[in-house]
Amino acid sequence: MSHLTDLPVWAAIPVCLLLLTGSAITLIGSLGLIRLKTFYARLHAPTLGSSAGIILICLASMIAFAVLQNRWIFHEVLIVIFVVLTTPVTLMLLGQSALYRDRIEGSIDVPRKTTREEPDLSALDI
Amino acid sequence: MRYWFPYPLLSLSLLALWLLINQSISAGHILLGSALGISWAWIMVNLQPDKTRLRKIRRIAVLTGHVATDVFRSNLAVMGVILRGSSRPANSGFVTIDISLRDDNALAMLSCILTATPGTAWLEFDRQTGVLMIHVLDIENGERWSDLIKRRYEGPLKEIFE
Amino acid sequence: MNELFIIWSILASQILLGLAMGCALFRIVRGPRAQDRILGLDALYINAMLLLLTFGIRTANSIYFETALIIAVLSFVSSIAFAKFLMRGEVIE
Repeated sequence: MSHLTDLPVWAAIPVCLLLLTGSAITLIGSLGLIRLKTFYARLHAPTLGSSAGIILICLASMIAFAVLQNRWIFHEVLIVIFVVLTTPVTLMLLGQSALYRDRIEGSIDVPRKTTREEPDLSALDI
Repeated sequence: MRYWFPYPLLSLSLLALWLLINQSISAGHILLGSALGISWAWIMVNLQPDKTRLRKIRRIAVLTGHVATDVFRSNLAVMGVILRGSSRPANSGFVTIDISLRDDNALAMLSCILTATPGTAWLEFDRQTGVLMIHVLDIENGERWSDLIKRRYEGPLKEIFE
Repeated sequence: MNELFIIWSILASQILLGLAMGCALFRIVRGPRAQDRILGLDALYINAMLLLLTFGIRTANSIYFETALIIAVLSFVSSIAFAKFLMRGEVIE
């Protein structure tokens, strides 16, 4: 029951373009998971899919459903809001736990915990 | 009025959420959604979050615009870094920044902005020293990044929240 | 002509998203450490959600949207739980 072919040309072209660019950007982001060398560099890769990819594909879905079913309530906005709000929290917590684990193991690649610097009294020359 | 509707913005957004999920704007759903929104706002009172009044609508709009353009630009930059691959690897690294922001909501906002932007990721914030550590994928020089974040995000957030 | 074009472009974007899921799966299998695997899992969730949205457009059926919404909610909870487990060794304190 594919009614997709009923889509008029003026709506079909933006839907196709948005879908293709969105999925290409998501693919590039996931490719980054393979190609980047360290964990902290890989931490940046999924944000591509979860910012640009989500927005573009949801936009395509909105246009398609609005034109096909003549329904102008955009519930795809919910997915965009949800993913955009939650992905930073996940990645932040993951980065923190990775930092914690690396420090426990005494890895030299991560900076030490920043401690409060004691004022150097001898240099003050009072 | 403030007693009955402790968090009007939260109630309104919950109502909008309810209507979007049910995909209808019939009177029944509006009634149910409003009841839901108002009762959730009362539950929020018990959680006692830090209250901030959002004033300066204009500053918020400007900040939103900045964030949108930065997300767009850094999307392109990160795609470039991934695609050019191992021939010219990006020198990624940790950057520490001294920030003077202390308001909890403002810090949460800043962390979400920094992590949502591909290319920067929030790692650690020490509340006592005010030192923030972020990881930057394509670092050109640390000074520029800390300047950028201080000027572009910290200043407006400070104005909005404090 | 028009029908063919839109069917093919949806198919192409589904293939691209499938490849993206393959990349994330590679990171889950290979990932040298636990945090890499969790990162791969998070990316896999998002890619799967996007794939479901494209299926929804293809069949013009809004049931796929609800599935995508559920995946979006559950992926957040599960990734948070995994990250929390890495940090503390316990999920609920």
